This record gives sequence, C-alpha cells and structure tokens, in this order.
Amino acid sequence: MVEAVNIVLLGLLVITAVAAIRLHDLFAVVMMFGIYSLLAATVFVVLDAVDVAFTEAAVGVGISTILMLTTLGLVGRWERRPVHRPFLPLLVVVVTGAALIYGTLDMPHFGDPDAPVHQHVAPRYLEQSPDEIGIPNVVTGVLASYRGYDTLGELTVIFTAGVGVLALLGIRRRRQDEATRER
Amino acid sequence: MRDNPVLRVVTKIIVPVIFLFALYVQFHGDYGPGGGFQAGVIFAAGLILYGLIFGTESIRCLISTRFLRALIAAGLLLFASVGFLPLLMGWNYLDYDALGQNPLSGQHLGIFLVELGVGITVAAVMVTIFVAFAGRRDS
Repeated sequence: MVEAVNIVLLGLLVITAVAAIRLHDLFAVVMMFGIYSLLAATVFVVLDAVDVAFTEAAVGVGISTILMLTTLGLVGRWERRPVHRPFLPLLVVVVTGAALIYGTLDMPHFGDPDAPVHQHVAPRYLEQSPDEIGIPNVVTGVLASYRGYDTLGELTVIFTAGVGVLALLGIRRRRQDEATRER
Repeated sequence: MRDNPVLRVVTKIIVPVIFLFALYVQFHGDYGPGGGFQAGVIFAAGLILYGLIFGTESIRCLISTRFLRALIAAGLLLFASVGFLPLLMGWNYLDYDALGQNPLSGQHLGIFLVELGVGITVAAVMVTIFVAFAGRRDS
C-alpha cells in the first residue's frame, strides 16, 4: 500500500517537474512549483517527517509562491526566448545527474537499521532525551537543545538573508522617497 | 484585489485563525510537530495574506517598518543571549540546564525562549522580504 502511494507521489513529482520545464507561461510555472512543493510535503508525511512536511508546506507552497508571484508582477508573465543553445547546459546537467545517481549506489538501503546515520548520535538522542530534555517532541529537543549551535547558525543565515534583501531593495526605495520629497 | 468583496470578507475571517494557529504551533512545538521556524512562517503568511488583499500599506500601518527591522535583530539577539546566560553562571554556552531549578525545567525554559527567538526573526524576515518585493511595484 505504502509502495503504491510512494510510486504515485514520486510519479506526480516527475510530471510536475517536466511540466514546469516545458511551460513558457511563468505564472503557470509558479503554480507548478507550488504543486511540486505540496507533493514533496506529502512525501515527507509518508516518510513520517511531519516537522519537515510542515516547513515545506508553509515555505514552499505559501511564502515562496507569493514571493515568486510578486517578482512576476515586476518582470512580466511570459518567458523570453533564450539567447543561448541548451545543449552544453543539458550535457552538464546529465553528467552531474549521472554522477549523483552513481553515488547513491554505495548508500545503504532506505530504512536500513545498520546505516551509519542510525548508528551515530541518533540512538543516544532517542534514548536519553526523555531524561535529559524531558519534552515529548524529540525533533524540537534535538533542534533547540542538542543542536542549539546549528539552529543559532541557521537563524543567523535567515537574519543575513533579511538584511541582504533590505540592503538591495529597502535602502534604494528610501532614497527614491527622499528624492520625491525634495521635489 | 481590493475591490473583491469575497476576498476581503474571507481574509478578515481567516487571518485571525492563521495567527492563532501560528501561536499554537509556536507554543505547542514541544509536544507536537512544529516549532519556531514553522510558527514564524505561518504568522508571516497571515500578515502577507492581509497585505495581498488590502495592500502593502496596510501592513505598514499595522507594524511600522522600523519596528519590523528591530524585530529581525531582536529574535536573533534573544537566541544568542539565552546562550550567554549559562555562560555567566559558569556553564557551557547554550547549556540550558543552568536556567532552571533542575535540568529539565531549565531545558524547558531554554527551548521555549530559543524557539520564541527563532519565531520572531523568521516572521519578521519573511514579512520584510515580502514588503520589500511588493513595495517596489507601488513606487
């Protein structure tokens, strides 16, 4: 049953990705990205990663779709005819993709309990977190306490992104406002 | 979209529910799925929906731009300074055990404050980015 759900979801993911590449109406492409994120969120739910699915649904479907739509409002709805030939980029992408797929052949099978990722710190977090952290959601415990440094770093990345957008778009706007005021 | 009565009415009904859900995800993240990052994004989504329907000016009326920019730094500062508290008490940086009567209550308080910091910064950054993008078309 789970296999059938996985096959349908992954098949729909591929169809959505191909449709997003083929379309030239950027509005439709943005909608395809939204559908892709929603499908990815469903895949995460099937994998029991509810926290990640939550984030994907909120960020991928919600915020980024709206940001891309506001960008479309600035740059126009239709894709311009590309000025370069697609063969060299296609070759690079195919070679890189083949290398990545070759790399996955060495990886342990999905859900393998002997996989290195399940042998490292994860068992300790799962076993000790009720005594050490005491909150039922182990994901929150790992993110906020065991991996507090990482989360602080991630928050700094988001902070930097906000400051970067303000530096690129916000300051220039204020200068325009002052210019109009002086007139 | 400001002239569409259906969108206006539905938005006014649904935005408070989105805010309430964001607060639930924020403060219930210890027990169920969710946490500061998700809560911040959902809260920002509510504000952005309001801004989409009623114009970005209405977001600026609700929260001044200066305050929003201060919030971006405030969340990160909250996270970083919660880390410094145990350091002052002779423990390791970000070791929440020092914050409470016993290690478990300390962890509870520490995770609560840290997640709050994450939520504040994420929500403020998302709204700021939206206002910066959407505001360019108005000018």
